[in-house]
Amino acid sequence: MIIVKDLHKEFEGNNHVLRGVNYHIQPGEKIVVVGPSGSGKSTFLRCLNLLERPTSGEIWFDGQKITDYKTDINKVRQHMGMVFQHFNLFNNLTIMDNITLAPIKLKLMSEEEARENALKLLNRVNLAEKADAYPGSLSGGQKQRIAIVRSLAMNPKVMLFDEPTSALDPEMVGEVLEVMKELADSGMTMVVVTHEMGFAREVGTKVLFMDGGIIVEENTPKEFFANPRSARLQEFLSKVL
Amino acid sequence: MDWLNSIWEKIDAAFITENRWMLYLKGVGVTMEVALFAGIIGIILGTIVAFMKLSVKKNGKPTLLSHIANIYIDIIRGTPSVLQLLIMWFVVLASCKNGILVASLTFGINSGAYVAEIVRAGILAVDKGQTEAGRSLGLTQFQTMRYIVIPQAFKNVLPPLGNEFIVLIKETAIVGYVGLSDLTRVANQMTSKIYDAFTPLIGSAVVYFIIIKILTILLAKLERRLRKSDNR
Repeated sequence: MIIVKDLHKEFEGNNHVLRGVNYHIQPGEKIVVVGPSGSGKSTFLRCLNLLERPTSGEIWFDGQKITDYKTDINKVRQHMGMVFQHFNLFNNLTIMDNITLAPIKLKLMSEEEARENALKLLNRVNLAEKADAYPGSLSGGQKQRIAIVRSLAMNPKVMLFDEPTSALDPEMVGEVLEVMKELADSGMTMVVVTHEMGFAREVGTKVLFMDGGIIVEENTPKEFFANPRSARLQEFLSKVL
Repeated sequence: MDWLNSIWEKIDAAFITENRWMLYLKGVGVTMEVALFAGIIGIILGTIVAFMKLSVKKNGKPTLLSHIANIYIDIIRGTPSVLQLLIMWFVVLASCKNGILVASLTFGINSGAYVAEIVRAGILAVDKGQTEAGRSLGLTQFQTMRYIVIPQAFKNVLPPLGNEFIVLIKETAIVGYVGLSDLTRVANQMTSKIYDAFTPLIGSAVVYFIIIKILTILLAKLERRLRKSDNR
């Protein structure tokens, strides 16, 4: 579904963050990416929908080379949901408008359809009563559940999560992970950058360990945590578990 | 009570005899007219220039439009407004004899440079995450600006825009150079007419002060109302 070939990303000032990432994501997979900060895992994720344009390398999505400048990236992004560490709900819009803005403005749904769909999704995360509230009045956990709903309203083929629980108070992490688990069970293809090792173990179909801008190790969650092969991963796991 | 009498005589000479207060009132009219037209031109021009300056190519480099915007802002900020006014009056628009028009245009173009920076700062102050979220949903750059960034930037921009208008009102005190009888010029001319500088000058200063004080109070109210809607 997503093929990544020799991906490099260099930021200004000789900051070489990605140094040749190769990976192939199959439909329905839940890829969990872990690694120390500065390992390039967030940059890798942000490259997948070109929020960050890679310096070199290729990304293919559903048989389309999206790193090609001729590709209409806006069209591609309609099929790739993204959830951010800091939620990034639109502060000037109600929850309902947050969810329906893109489907309506991109003419994918009528206003009625979009609202109906939004309410259905809001019910799924038990936040239907917040439809007319503004993001400012919500807790972090609520905001992130709404952010997930906002992405789902576009009926994406894949969902990207960029440290979705890192900015949350500890007692709110659970409610967001719960929604993500349900989403995983429904068959969604997911790529999740996280520090939640429990989630990686429980939900992931593959766990990737990134360090120094490359994928150092990948394995099934069970093997990943039980038998880490590289010394770097062993050291990392000893620190975080 | 001699001194009280002499003060009254001065006030009488400066403002009341021959209905002289009418001249000041007309002066206020000219001042506000120029400031208002210039304000409107400034906001339109400044907004356009702000977007020109913010425009980037696909590879992240600034566009030609952005360079042009920078040059414009540099020139306006780097030269005195009196000179800009004289250049417009005697050189660029030498054939135009309408002082109000030339003054409004000059101050509009002048104010545009400052408004451009205000608008640009207001847009940049909107969290980058808002744009990223919009783009990640497949919205175009334009749609993201139109529905998400600009509504939020508007709130950031209103208070400094109000300040810019206040500055503009005071700046227009130099339109006497192109023959307009604004408040300052009326006071200045009165000074030589009645051989008393104190009363007309202080009097007109008080008028400026009151106009601007009223605007400041209105602005503060507006600002408070905008902030209230932040934690709705």
